[in-house]
Amino acid sequence: MTDALENRLREAGRAIAAPPPDDDALVERALAEDLVDVAYAHADSPVGELLLATSPRGLLTVYYLDRRDEDAVLERIAKRVSPRVLEVPARLDETRRQLDDYFEGRRHEFRLPLDWALVGDFGRRVLGRTAAIPFGKVSTYGEVARDIGSPGAARATGNALGANPMPIVVPCHRVLAAGGALGGYTGGTERKETLLRIEGVLG
Amino acid sequence: MNQPFQLFVEEHRDAVARFLVASVGPDEADDVLQETLIAALRSYAKVRTGGNPRAWLLTIARNKAIDSHRARVRRPVPVAAPDAGSMPGGFGDGPDEELWAAVRELPPKQRAAVALRYVNDLSHREIARVLNCSEAAARRSLHEGLAKLREEWA
Repeated sequence: MTDALENRLREAGRAIAAPPPDDDALVERALAEDLVDVAYAHADSPVGELLLATSPRGLLTVYYLDRRDEDAVLERIAKRVSPRVLEVPARLDETRRQLDDYFEGRRHEFRLPLDWALVGDFGRRVLGRTAAIPFGKVSTYGEVARDIGSPGAARATGNALGANPMPIVVPCHRVLAAGGALGGYTGGTERKETLLRIEGVLG
Repeated sequence: MNQPFQLFVEEHRDAVARFLVASVGPDEADDVLQETLIAALRSYAKVRTGGNPRAWLLTIARNKAIDSHRARVRRPVPVAAPDAGSMPGGFGDGPDEELWAAVRELPPKQRAAVALRYVNDLSHREIARVLNCSEAAARRSLHEGLAKLREEWA
């Protein structure tokens, strides 16, 4: 049986409102104490809204947000890299700047340290080779497979490219199917076309 | 912990903030909340919360609240006449403010038990989890806290 005091406390308890959050102060403190293992931010682009994430070692991911649920992306990073994942736009400033430069035609090469934590060994070889394909040039799944010394592995190569966690920056859009067909793309073939058009590969 | 810290904060922050508004007052709550979240972040990658991350975070908050109380006791604080109008932060009403001020005067375990019960709606079992004591001891703390408050408010 509850009495007047308990009723009073219950009402008073419900009436307490949480003060508005101060994310900036928390992030500042977290950065100062070196507690941010993964920083993420959103970025706008001609190919849609992107989710960018970086570790102290380098860029981890570039995700097309209309294709992936943001929470699911962050959870994957939390599991594979570290759960100390915070939204820190300032940490992605340089990446965003270089992406803007690329889309506006001022930059052909990305100068960003990359963190390959989300990529397995075979993927690393495939994407490492892919990263060397210059702006405006293309290759094929078969050629990339041959270049990394796995000539029979065109399909596995295609899969590794499909699993590229850093599209645009690691230019898997520059790898086509045999015979000039466009091939697949994690962001959808329309995006692949847009990127190739930006680079002058498609008219 | 598997949940990204940013999402963890979004999920539990308000509940912990409200607990702190009751436990240390609206003026101190922001600072103590920040201490709590930073402490949580420090051990976040290693901790096993036993399936109740909110209780884990409230435990940290509660400990930081105790630190805050101890620091205040050591520091002489000018006592202002209670304002008939509203306080900044969580207490619009004069009478509520006096009630929580009385709660904050309770011994630490009773203070925490009352706040967790009436602000966060925790069960005795959950309160025991946060206070790291038996369920019977949590029940006792809550009961004794209410009894003390009744002496003032009967």
